[in-house]
Amino acid sequence: MIELTRRYSFPAAHILTQAGLSEAENLAIYGKCANPNGHGHNYGVEVTLIGPIDERTGRILSPDLLDRIFQERIESRFARRLLNDDEAFRDRVPTAENIALVIHEVLADEVAKRSSAEVVRVKIVETRHNSCISGANA
Amino acid sequence: MVRITRAIDFSASLRYARAELSDDANAALFGSRARHHGHNYRLEVTLRGEPDPVTGMVLNLKDLQQILDDEIMTRFDHRDLNLDTPYFEKDPPSPENFARVIRRILIAALPDGMLDRIRLQQDEDLWVDVIEPEP
Repeated sequence: MIELTRRYSFPAAHILTQAGLSEAENLAIYGKCANPNGHGHNYGVEVTLIGPIDERTGRILSPDLLDRIFQERIESRFARRLLNDDEAFRDRVPTAENIALVIHEVLADEVAKRSSAEVVRVKIVETRHNSCISGANA
Repeated sequence: MVRITRAIDFSASLRYARAELSDDANAALFGSRARHHGHNYRLEVTLRGEPDPVTGMVLNLKDLQQILDDEIMTRFDHRDLNLDTPYFEKDPPSPENFARVIRRILIAALPDGMLDRIRLQQDEDLWVDVIEPEP
């Protein structure tokens, strides 16, 4: 099996709180990540694809097309924004887990629409100390 | 069963081109990648097996390094992939194609069934994994 991975990053703010809980309750669950004024990360995004290799171009997917998809669907939507403001996180806490699931779903749909490749995995690197993978094992 | 990984770095130049196309047609198909350019490649080779009961090793890293020197560094380091190697006369040296070439070379050079996967990194933001079994 052959897999292609491309890495991106975007900076964003988030606040880890559940709407129904008090500030003290959120602090107990999420610690410093519950700071109501927010905090931010440079999110690393590793997108892994499989698919037939185009005989003419030698590629599973043109990195230029993937770059455009990422710019249009992810960067323009999430970069330099408060993730809690996005509709995807209206009812979901913007943890690395949920960010991985949301980005995986958005990219999987768009890549499937515009190519014969398939997004099998998205890894979110939130800090140098924590990351989260959505999708199939490597 | 365990897996061990050894990494090497090498530098090479390349251009994406199909022999049957004109320069203009290659430029239209591949964009700026049809121009002569280069990368610092990183190759991670992962082997699998049971450690030898005496040496404690799947394969002596010294021997693995020798194979990587002879089979990969000699062929590709500070070479032009199109002009100095026979692998890309027809197909462009995309990381997908290049990784499959390296995989075939290593399968032939390593003990049977020992290769688990390779990762060929073209740069920090793009890489290809070839995971066995690969048809």
